[in-house]
Amino acid sequence: MSEFVFLYRGGEAGRSPERMQQMMQKWVAWFKELTEKGHVKNQGHPLERAGKLVKGKEKTIIDGPFVEAKDLVGGYSLIEASDLDQAVQLSKGCPIFENDGAVEVRPVMKLNL
Amino acid sequence: MEPSDHLFRRESGRMIATLTRIFGVHNLALAEDVVQDAFCRALEVWKFRGVPENPAAWLMTTAKNRALDVLRRERTAHTFAPELGRLLESEWTLAPTIEEQFEEHAIKDDQLRMMFSCCHPRLRENAQVALMLNILCGFTVDEIAGAFVSSHAAIEKRITRAKKVLAQSKRLFDVADEAQFSTRVSSVERALYLLFNEGYHGASAETAVRTELCQEAMRLAAILLDSPLGKTPGTYALAALMCLNAARLPARIDASGNLRTFLDQDRSQWDQQLVNEGLQLLDLSARGSQLTSYHVEAAIAAVHARAKCVEDTDWEAIVSLYDVLMTTQPSPIVALNRAIAVAQSEGPQRGLEEINAIAGKERLASYPFYSAALGELEFRRGRQDAAREHFQTALLHARNPMERHFLERRIDACEGIEDLSTIFPV
Repeated sequence: MSEFVFLYRGGEAGRSPERMQQMMQKWVAWFKELTEKGHVKNQGHPLERAGKLVKGKEKTIIDGPFVEAKDLVGGYSLIEASDLDQAVQLSKGCPIFENDGAVEVRPVMKLNL
Repeated sequence: MEPSDHLFRRESGRMIATLTRIFGVHNLALAEDVVQDAFCRALEVWKFRGVPENPAAWLMTTAKNRALDVLRRERTAHTFAPELGRLLESEWTLAPTIEEQFEEHAIKDDQLRMMFSCCHPRLRENAQVALMLNILCGFTVDEIAGAFVSSHAAIEKRITRAKKVLAQSKRLFDVADEAQFSTRVSSVERALYLLFNEGYHGASAETAVRTELCQEAMRLAAILLDSPLGKTPGTYALAALMCLNAARLPARIDASGNLRTFLDQDRSQWDQQLVNEGLQLLDLSARGSQLTSYHVEAAIAAVHARAKCVEDTDWEAIVSLYDVLMTTQPSPIVALNRAIAVAQSEGPQRGLEEINAIAGKERLASYPFYSAALGELEFRRGRQDAAREHFQTALLHARNPMERHFLERRIDACEGIEDLSTIFPV
């Protein structure tokens, strides 16, 4: 088994309370399914939109958000899968795609090769 | 835990109503933003951690904290609720005041207050209904446009204008003022009645959407009935009418997805619990001297509810109740329903005579069940050709695929392809 980080980008649910509730429930169901199949190493956390970017030698501080809403990382999870292909397959069940969002699948670098 | 259906939508109404009381009615948009923000947080946190034990309390606390942030940041630039005035100005009193405003007894009347505020006399009835759906029921403009089969632009305009009127009204309605309450309660009842009817008779093809409109109307009517001044005979009758009609909703679409008209429904599918509730409410509505059109409509629904089958129905009683309704609330639709009841008790010929005698019947021309009723009565007295023409006219005015399919089957029946016993307006 290898580890992967899922970075959830964009995919805002809009302003409808009904739709937001449905999205929330789909996420809960998706995580539940992944957990039951033993793929969730750590469910991770949602991230606040605001924040600071500290940059360069000067350590310049820039107020967030740093990218457009559609590219903003809204949360992350740590997933276990046999290889990148399987990790990608797992990501496809994420409800974020319904709202035009994206999942960035990144293998965690292994220490001993 | 699993959150209940429509939790977000319902909490949205409760939270906006409470925040608007605190921020002042002129800051409605701010209240809406704070609520939106609370939902965004709930969505993000809950999707990772699951839904907390008491989601409604979680949402309200999140909104409260956000409200405190807003008040701290903007109290110098903004004026908030005039009633709370200077209490919000100092840090010493701000937090305890807000704490108090969010206590259960304080937020209890907020939805009622908002309901009355939405029925502002400067607003047309359809604007009052749209506003209630938007603010109190958490329907977005798109969802309302979908439910009313109207354009996004038209509904948006209606709601924007209505919110402007609401904001200019300076204060939320005072639900403790007996004189004002009794002046406006009839508009509130009327708006709830229209909301219910939009679900019950409306044009949307989505059964789920229509059922939700009915449920929302019933939920708001229950809030009205729960208030000390809202327990009027008219409100009881309105609630009775809603229960008795809503009881029939499960039977309107049969197992194969076909529309079943009233006379053709499987009555075992009527919701008996709602029927009983409706009959009890109708009893309560009789305690007093007030007789409203809701009483009459509820009485008609009760006659149907008590009949085991169509043949058992006391059609003469129904005709005379429609006679009463024609004196208090005359309209071509009421007259059409009356004519159908006459046809049931005295035969299709008499029914057709009554329909032809309806004053202002040209206003019914685009209502599909007007032509359908004519078609049905012609069909019953054996004039298949005339019946087919009427059904074809009705088909031109069908408002959704389900009505279309239903009328096509009636046209087939006229050609002897399909034999269906009865149809009738719902």
